[in-house]
Amino acid sequence: MARNDPDSNRAPAETVISASNLSLTFETNDGPVHALKDVDLTINRGEFVSFIGPSGCGKTTFLRVLADLEQPTGGSVSVNGMTPREARMKRAYGFVFQAAGLYPWRTIAGNIKLPLEIMGLSKSEQNERVQKVLELVHLDGFGKKFPWQLSGGMQQRASIARALGFDADILLMDEPFGALDEIVRDHLNEQLLELWAKTNKTIGFVTHSIPEAVYLSTKIVVMSPRPGRVREVIESSLPRERPLDIRESAEFLAIAHRVREGLRGGHDDG
Amino acid sequence: MGMRNILPVFTVVMVIFALWYAFAIVLNKNWAEDKATRGGYELSFSELVADTWSQKKPRLPTPDQVAGEIWQSTGVAAAKKWRRTAGDPLFARISEVLNDKRSLIRHAWLTLSATMLGFVFGTGLGILLAVGIVHNRAMDNSVMPWVITSQTIPILALAPMIIVVLNAVGISGLVPKAIISAYLSFFPVVVGMVKGLRSPEAMQLDQMRTWFASKSQIFWKLRLPSSVPYLFTSLKIGVAASLVGAIVGELTISQEGGLGARMLQGNYYGTTLTIWAALILAAALAAVLVSSVGLVERITKKRMGFVQ
Repeated sequence: MARNDPDSNRAPAETVISASNLSLTFETNDGPVHALKDVDLTINRGEFVSFIGPSGCGKTTFLRVLADLEQPTGGSVSVNGMTPREARMKRAYGFVFQAAGLYPWRTIAGNIKLPLEIMGLSKSEQNERVQKVLELVHLDGFGKKFPWQLSGGMQQRASIARALGFDADILLMDEPFGALDEIVRDHLNEQLLELWAKTNKTIGFVTHSIPEAVYLSTKIVVMSPRPGRVREVIESSLPRERPLDIRESAEFLAIAHRVREGLRGGHDDG
Repeated sequence: MGMRNILPVFTVVMVIFALWYAFAIVLNKNWAEDKATRGGYELSFSELVADTWSQKKPRLPTPDQVAGEIWQSTGVAAAKKWRRTAGDPLFARISEVLNDKRSLIRHAWLTLSATMLGFVFGTGLGILLAVGIVHNRAMDNSVMPWVITSQTIPILALAPMIIVVLNAVGISGLVPKAIISAYLSFFPVVVGMVKGLRSPEAMQLDQMRTWFASKSQIFWKLRLPSSVPYLFTSLKIGVAASLVGAIVGELTISQEGGLGARMLQGNYYGTTLTIWAALILAAALAAVLVSSVGLVERITKKRMGFVQ
């Protein structure tokens, strides 16, 4: 897969993910639950898109549909111009879950190798890639450690490294820092931006946190529950280069305010 | 075991021994008094105690009598055989000692062989069934009820039938006993392995899906390693069950020997000492087997990086 050159974001936008009229209804004993209803969304190459909204708004479900972990009941969706299933077969995306989910019987390097083994890469290539992604998440030297020897934040970094290992150009992250404390979270947010700048991946990021969404994203998708739908899509005017203290700037606070208003509107309707 | 545990354990053991000796007096008293009445003499309390603790066929032998019996039928018997075979080649002498029909070593060895073979059969069968149950819906629905039913049939009733059927098809010796042993030991392995193979969380299985892993990759890389702690718990129960199975088998085919056969023999001749010696040896064998599995468990888990 060709890697985009760094100034591709100035080139005409290339659609990586698109959903139109996407719906997903779960049949339960209490009747149908509309997890997603008529969702239209386009994500371009190199964008960092956050999904934010209260529980039950379908943000995780949407990510899982992209990853072919859930099947939509209506509408259409494409990932890299393919159906989600084809994209999954081609390993077009890396998925980071809320829990690191590292295997306790494998070392950190062994855990990162796991998807590479499954994909049948040669031993030497596996080692090369492990080394590369360990450096990318600042875990070089920890390859031989077992997961329990690492802190929660380091474990989550290892799980991001694992998702990066096979060099998919889409990274889907489902509340990856939700279980971590705020200091660690800030740190990881900073590193994630740095990693995004280095790799120029397209990132879909589910979060509960308004500051996290505003700090990280180029585009913020505000969702509302029952039925789960997109309420507003906010394009961020912040520069791509973002030091931590940008969060005290007026521009940042203005965007955060818009997100909050969007979320509030969602609640009134629910 | 820390120093803090030694005193309570020691106390409990002492209490058990004290009770044991006390019960020996109570249970063996009648016979001592009968002898005294027939002989027309009176027994003082200390004479009564001395008699009840040293009868040849007591209802309840004392711990030292049992220990003595074990020593006589292992160490002393082996030494006798060793001396008698002086001049033979070394390996022949060792084999003579191990095959001495009067020695408990031979019987314990027979029981151990049947137990180990049965344990291997049972574990293998248990793992295979568990893999089938986890991967095949039809097997999940059909096999598990039979597995549970199998354990509700008294093994003592089933054992003779297994032996007869196997004899009819020309299988005899160690294998029929091992099969009875396997019949008891496969059950905990099936139950534990099914639980272990199903222990990966939904998230871990989703993760595998995102990598487009095949069923066999999910099995070898996720399900099987996840099941290891469950497997070992089952193996510890399974190996003890194997021993029980082997002894039940020996009660049925007693002419071939084994600790079970010794217990039966003791029963026929009313030699409680023989029964108790075999019983204690079987218990010691169980302890050794269970703690060996425990040792392998600790080493394996440490190697695999599971936190203790």
